Amino acid sequence: MAGRSKKYRVLIGKPGLDGHDRGAKVLARALRDAGFEAVYTGIRRTPEEIAAAAVQEDVSAVGLSSLSGAHLRLFPAVVEALKQRGAGDIPVLGGGVIPDEDLNALKQAGIVEVYTPGTSLAQVIEAFEKACDRHHQGRSKT
Amino acid sequence: MNREDLLQGLKARDPRAIARAISLVEDGDPLSETILGSLDESRIEQALVLGITGPPGAGKSTLTDQIILGYRARSQRIGVIAIDPSSAISGGAFLGDRIRMMRHALDSDVVVRSMATRGRLGGLCAAAGATVRILASSGCSPVIIETVGVGQSEMDIIRLADVTALVLAPGLGDDIQAMKAGLLEVADILVVNKADCAGAETLAMDMEAVARESRDKGGSTEVCMTVASRGEGVAELLETVAALEKIYRQGGEHGRRRRHAHDLEVLDWALELLRPKLLEKIAKSGTNRTGDPRLKAAAILKGF
Ligand code: B12
Ligand SMILES: Nc1nc2c(ncn2[C@@H]2O[C@H](COP(=O)(O)OP(=O)(O)OP(=O)(O)O)[C@@H](O)[C@H]2O)c(=O)[nH]1
Ligand SMILES: [Mg+2]
Repeated sequence: MAGRSKKYRVLIGKPGLDGHDRGAKVLARALRDAGFEAVYTGIRRTPEEIAAAAVQEDVSAVGLSSLSGAHLRLFPAVVEALKQRGAGDIPVLGGGVIPDEDLNALKQAGIVEVYTPGTSLAQVIEAFEKACDRHHQGRSKT
Repeated sequence: MNREDLLQGLKARDPRAIARAISLVEDGDPLSETILGSLDESRIEQALVLGITGPPGAGKSTLTDQIILGYRARSQRIGVIAIDPSSAISGGAFLGDRIRMMRHALDSDVVVRSMATRGRLGGLCAAAGATVRILASSGCSPVIIETVGVGQSEMDIIRLADVTALVLAPGLGDDIQAMKAGLLEVADILVVNKADCAGAETLAMDMEAVARESRDKGGSTEVCMTVASRGEGVAELLETVAALEKIYRQGGEHGRRRRHAHDLEVLDWALELLRPKLLEKIAKSGTNRTGDPRLKAAAILKGF
């Protein structure tokens, strides 16, 4: 936001074959309007592609959006791919059409938080703000 | 990542170290001077810096994706800096150029970095020059810079790039008219993209006329036609780039451009570093906020 001296960079990715990109774009624009630099990588990416892009773009958080039901496989795969690239410190948030009963499994797999339809954009932005804050604090310690 | 890891990582072309280094420089971190002082000057000198500019939607990102493909076929390691505008209101940015280049995401020899202008006018961001050097030093050649979608006055790319391609497309009539006294006159290559669309022939003829005029004045402007979405004409475009690079290097133009760009960038940074000191002087110069600002400035700089 205006008061922050350093810009937070985040990446919004859509893993898998899901073509519902409205939410991802709404999210990326809302982040822009809240002062974030939001990289969007488009639809139909593999978890490895999203992780590689997140590393090259040096983002402080990755947001994944899935509305097609493949989140249980794809979200943890992104976390794994980040770890393999030495970027396990980058927090991963998730959202989209995700049944309540899957939330625990996703958190167990390392997804920081999951947001389903009806979440306000203010809440989404706060979530990214928090994740980025924490990531930066961790970074300045090393 | 501590200082040693970062410098080691940069030498080893570690993707994370390269990415971190760019951020630190972009954010003005105290480490940036160490990073920039550690770069490989001879690699930077040898690398080709290729500018891709043009109005919004002309096909810059699509063409860049194809250009990457062309250079990768020759096993060259490539850097891409893709610049989008920052919102003047929030300071944030939507960085979307990368979408069109995602097929290269798993190729570790294609280093793509999206950057926001962060308030800078002119079509680039303040850290573009430093980012070019970091990428070139890591073995990237060419380093391709995709500017923001430009109007007529965003000319910074001409100064930073060794060869600049201005990408145009039919149906952007007014945009192109507006460039008549600007980019059109100084770009090295005029690319008529979307050659598959109606109006491309006419546009190409207009551009040929512009190029002829420039050549009459001793310039070396070339015209290329492409269908970026299908990769057509890209091989010819890369041949033209290579031919111009050779002419510029042999004729001394390359060195002249680099020196000029270097001096101007030093000036930019000198002014930037001076800014806080000047602000301090102004604040100390008394509480009186009347009087002519220009005269006050001259007074503050007296004895400088
Ligand atoms: C619009 C829509 C479409 C449009 C998509 C347009 C587009 N370009 O996006 C069209 C008509 C093309 C479409 C097609 C299909 N759709 Co549809 N579609 C919808 C619908 C009605 C709304 C989705 C939407 O855009 N919402 C608005 C955005 C802003 O909300 P959102 O994406 O949910 O995001 C919010 C939150 O979820 C959260 N969020 C989302 N992602 C993230 C990420 C992070 C990091 C965070 C923090 C938060 C977050 O924040 C946002 C703000 O609140 C939903 C129903 C629903 N209630 O969701 C079905 C729905 C998603 N579709 C569905 C289906 C089945 C299909 C089709 C397969 C239908 C078919 N048989 O042809 C196709 C497949 C398309 C494809 N290629 O993948 C099903 C999916 C079922 C499932 N998951 O099991 C749904 C749930 C409808 C249903 N109830 O059956 N669809
Ligand atoms: N018909 C046709 N469409 C093309 C061609 N090249 C690009 N496009 C389309 O033109 C649109 C814009 O392409 P981009 O590559 O995003 O253009 P850009 O100049 O990078 O746009 P900005 O970065 O937003 O300024 C996309 O829908 C492309 O698919 C072409 O040669 N022919
Ligand atoms: Mg673009």
